[in-house]
Amino acid sequence: MILWAVIALVGMGALAWVFRFAGQSVTGNAPKFRDMPYGVAFGYVLGAAVLLWLVWAYTQGRSSDQAIANKFFFLRIAIEGFIIFAVAAWLFRILGRSLGTAWSKKMFRSMPLTASFGILTIIIYAIFAIFAGAIAPYGQEQIIPGVAANIVPGGDPALGGNPEFYFGTDQIGRDILSRLIYGAQNTVGIAFATTLLAFFIGGTLGFLAATLGGWLDQILSRLVDVLMAIPSLIFALLLMTIASVWAPQLGIPLTVFMVIIIAVIDSTRVYRLARAVGQNIVVMDYIEAAKLRGEGLGYLVFKEILPNATAPLLAEFGLRFCFVFLTIAALSFLGVGIQPPLADWGTMVRDLGGFVNYAQFAPLAATAPLLAAGAIALLTVAVNFVVDWMLHKSSGLKE
Amino acid sequence: MGNVLKIILQRLALGLLTLLIVSMVIFVAVNLLPGDFAQSILGQGATPEAVASIRTDLGLDRPPVTRYFQWLGGVLQGDLGTSFAQANFASFTGTDSGATTVAQQIAPRFANTMFLAMVTAAIAVPFSIILGILAALYRNTVFDRATNIFTLSSISSPEFFLAYILILFLAVLTPIFPSLSNIYEGMAFSERLEKSMLPALTLTLVVTAHMMRMTRAAIINLLASPYIEMARLKGLSPMRVIVKHALPNALAPIINVIALNLAYLITGVVVVEVVFVYPGIGQLFVDSVKIRDIPVVQACCLIFATAFILLNLTADIMSILSNPRLRHPK
Amino acid sequence: MTDQPLVKMRDVWLEGRSDELWNPIINGVDLTLQKGEVLGLIGESGAGKSTLGLAAMGYTRDGVRISKGSVEFDGIDLLTASAAVKRELLGKRIAYVAQSAAASFNPAHKLMDQHVEGPVQHGVMGRGDSEADGIELYRKLRLPNPDEIGFRYPHQVSGGQLQRCMTAMAMSCRPDLIIFDEPTTALDVTTQIEVLASIRDIVEQFDTAAIYITHDLAVVAQMADTIKVLLKGDEVETADTRTMLSAPTQEYTKSLWAVRSFERPLKPAVQTGAVPVVSVQNVDASYGTVPVLHDVSFDMHEGRTVAVVGESGSGKSTTARCITGLLPPKAGQILVNGEVMPPDYRKRNKDQLRQVQMIYQMADTALNPRMSIGQIIARPVEFYLGLKGRERRKRVDSLLEQIELEPSQYYHRLPSELSGGQKQRIGIARALAAEPKFIICDEVTSALDQLVAEGILRLLARLQDELSLSYMFITHDLATVRAIADEVVVMKDGRVVEQGPKKDMFKPPHHAYTDLLLSSVPEMDPDWLTNLLNERGVDNIGDAAVDKM
Repeated sequence: MILWAVIALVGMGALAWVFRFAGQSVTGNAPKFRDMPYGVAFGYVLGAAVLLWLVWAYTQGRSSDQAIANKFFFLRIAIEGFIIFAVAAWLFRILGRSLGTAWSKKMFRSMPLTASFGILTIIIYAIFAIFAGAIAPYGQEQIIPGVAANIVPGGDPALGGNPEFYFGTDQIGRDILSRLIYGAQNTVGIAFATTLLAFFIGGTLGFLAATLGGWLDQILSRLVDVLMAIPSLIFALLLMTIASVWAPQLGIPLTVFMVIIIAVIDSTRVYRLARAVGQNIVVMDYIEAAKLRGEGLGYLVFKEILPNATAPLLAEFGLRFCFVFLTIAALSFLGVGIQPPLADWGTMVRDLGGFVNYAQFAPLAATAPLLAAGAIALLTVAVNFVVDWMLHKSSGLKE
Repeated sequence: MGNVLKIILQRLALGLLTLLIVSMVIFVAVNLLPGDFAQSILGQGATPEAVASIRTDLGLDRPPVTRYFQWLGGVLQGDLGTSFAQANFASFTGTDSGATTVAQQIAPRFANTMFLAMVTAAIAVPFSIILGILAALYRNTVFDRATNIFTLSSISSPEFFLAYILILFLAVLTPIFPSLSNIYEGMAFSERLEKSMLPALTLTLVVTAHMMRMTRAAIINLLASPYIEMARLKGLSPMRVIVKHALPNALAPIINVIALNLAYLITGVVVVEVVFVYPGIGQLFVDSVKIRDIPVVQACCLIFATAFILLNLTADIMSILSNPRLRHPK
Repeated sequence: MTDQPLVKMRDVWLEGRSDELWNPIINGVDLTLQKGEVLGLIGESGAGKSTLGLAAMGYTRDGVRISKGSVEFDGIDLLTASAAVKRELLGKRIAYVAQSAAASFNPAHKLMDQHVEGPVQHGVMGRGDSEADGIELYRKLRLPNPDEIGFRYPHQVSGGQLQRCMTAMAMSCRPDLIIFDEPTTALDVTTQIEVLASIRDIVEQFDTAAIYITHDLAVVAQMADTIKVLLKGDEVETADTRTMLSAPTQEYTKSLWAVRSFERPLKPAVQTGAVPVVSVQNVDASYGTVPVLHDVSFDMHEGRTVAVVGESGSGKSTTARCITGLLPPKAGQILVNGEVMPPDYRKRNKDQLRQVQMIYQMADTALNPRMSIGQIIARPVEFYLGLKGRERRKRVDSLLEQIELEPSQYYHRLPSELSGGQKQRIGIARALAAEPKFIICDEVTSALDQLVAEGILRLLARLQDELSLSYMFITHDLATVRAIADEVVVMKDGRVVEQGPKKDMFKPPHHAYTDLLLSSVPEMDPDWLTNLLNERGVDNIGDAAVDKM
């Protein structure tokens, strides 16, 4: 194994040298090859090797031998998925460039593929979340009569599946596909509401601290320092423990406590940003001019500061949403987040996680937990791509 | 030099103060719990004697301020109290309730978690810094874009997703590493390493992505500075520009990145330990949260917070130490 | 060999990347530089002069490319030369002096380590020789403590000295060509003169060719043998310095030269006993515990301009902050129309606030980028005068007309759609909207190009005559003082060192500091620096002279 790795490395090293030399002689010593460092040549060869391997793995995944095909099934799906997403994003961008207002056309024209992929994905998630009731074949809490519990995903009767329930049923006989679709509504919806709450708390206090300064700023900032000194997931778990004692006594669902707890913990980060953004704006001369004019606090915050803070806040909203979404998913995965009977992706991953071990002989069965986890990942990746593009754009404007 | 020392001492004092306040926050949060705690642990069926014995055992009959200082005093001496679950168990079996303290329960698991963190750091730190520097040097190339997509995706994915993907490929489809990490004491180092490999790799994926992006940003920022342009315009070799002019100034941001990400590990470790059933402090924490074993939750929380604060403090102090303006005052 | 020029650039086109597009920066400029010749490259900001200067070294910054043309240095084609060949030239035969010395020295290494790096790496001389040579160069550049200064870190040395250290570093390999990229722009006038004198001296001594990039005509007149004027990436004209100064051929060049000639007629003296519009009386102020103003007193009368001059840190802007009430004075008082103002602006009523208006240096940060021009001007109209609807619109339109902008065209625009000069005009309109008698102008022209700045000064002068406004004009530029002031207040270290009518200020005898300040401002005469040095001696200019006071 190690020997093979060494041979491969040495081989590629030699190839890199040959590649550069060939480039130099073929192009008549063009600057591109003449000034190319050896490391870069090696990088090209390495990249080519990885691409070749992927092509090989893909053909293996399409092999007629079931054992080999199963082994490379997931790689095949990943490659196909990647290509489909890339093409979809590309088509979506073309669509965006030809339809809509001049403003949206201009936006799409300078958009990288990753961002158009992100926007497309977010739109699809939004559709699923809003119309979950119409799309899902069954209700999220519906225990379908006459259908067995624990139907294995994959729809293969030989392995305990049922073609009518392609994604199988869970331990009490609810349709997993429907629960996945409802997950979009619950998981995303709750995360969205939590982020909004966090922004409301953190944003208001942050701008107040930046505008007023003085004691209020000092007290709030020190408080936030202390709260931020405790890692957020740990703090959330601690507070959830306590909430789990309170919740039944007060008769409030634990999920509500979770929303409040995560919103408060996350609002500390929002506060920091809002205060920093606010302070950058407050030192501007136009704020000084407004102050010297005798304007009140309300005018200053709503007319002068907020309109100038929307761009960084919007980007931060995306990042915060991802963070909240992942925290909730983690809590649910650990069993203290969104509570049953609400369908939720984090909980589903925990419940279905065992199916991963069937991957070698029943690859479709193993996809169920990965689908739930992948649904979480896909949305956060999408949001992050969009935010990355927005940040890149706004930093580019400054130059 | 005295100047630097003063600043560092100030930061240390501030760190200690933060820790003290954090301990207070944790204590207060726990004491917000409604009703009689002893009752709620033992459940409705417990005899009044058992409840009373636990109350005195755990000191629940004293006022909160006294309890806080007793708890704090205990913590400073390494006594983290008695686990409720253990106390509960002891009161039923009639054995001495002091048999298993929280400290005894936590110690081996803490060591396991430290081991995991160190393996992760050993892989992630060199890997991500080299990748980060490469991405900065070859920015806006195919390589940079590919790593950007890859790292963004891995940051965005929940830890359990990465964990299952790794299990799928490295444990189920190609059985290289075991998917469960049953670590026990007295294990050979190599075996231990093998069993910890998947959780360590999962954490590596998450941390590397963060660290790489931050390193890249720090280096790009640095390469844009006029003194790097000046060094290039002096006709120095690219190697010398990097080693002599960029690196001494890159040290502070890179150390900062490392410390911050090790702090980030603390959060990641909880989920990853649960997925791989790794007997570390994260798993103990989650288990205790589920059974509401308050003293253990409190202790774990304090340990996590301490590690977090210490790492941030280290980052802070390192960046002060590497700042030439502070090291060589006017 | 002797006939061959040192630098030969032919039809050079440069492009910069923004928003995924390549935009032109330089459009086909030729440049020829003989050995030992000093060429002045001059133009307004954005004219592409720095980019062109760097291109002469065969270097482009990230996001810039040479799309066409040729650059030859001593017969070597820099555009096709390999990276190794270029490295051999850079530092050794071509050196660069950057605008900000503080940012261009590596903060992690001592000055001397950075100085010897070039010679040692290029194999010109050993470390010991190079160090000795460095000390010699420091001495030639008249740096204080030449034996010792090289062993300090960059942040331990002042800006003017750093700039000279960088010149020494550029000289370390005795290059054939040095590119000076605005080396004195960031410095105060008294420091600038010293750096100019030493740069000129050393370039002459070693017979080095140089390209001197600047936006300041008077500076370039002292330094260059030949001047090339650029405008938005195009060459306007090239001629030797004296011809260029005395007989420019192009309209644009003539207009640049003419700016400095604007001067207002003198006004009659203030009647004795007239109540000043604003009176600053014995004001002391401090930031926290650091005192910044000591016993500052002066009066400002109706229809007149008081110029407050001084270098950075002299307390000019702090005085303005005391008058507006942003920084309540520790002692003393501010009177407006004979009425004592509450020290803190929050304690002043609407009418008191209305009477003191301000125009800012950076028009970019003075206008809310999210408000339209109409909204920006309408707000004080509504706030102070209570006008609404059509009346308000009418007032805003008349204000826009007053600042010479067409109302229908500008009312709905955002600040980002305006040029620097137009933004500054909006700032003026906003101040006028409050119908004040007194306006503080804080360095209002220093961020603008000369032609635009002159337009603003003329506008302010016209408004003053029409509305009998009084201005407090904060500036460090004595040309501006000459153009617009009636009275002058000179400040240094938080104190007023001299004050009086302008005609007295520009005539000796003066307070020593005023004299130094006045004499340090470069003039368009190419012999000015030489004459000044002959007159005062090298030891009586710049920081050295300030230290003697």
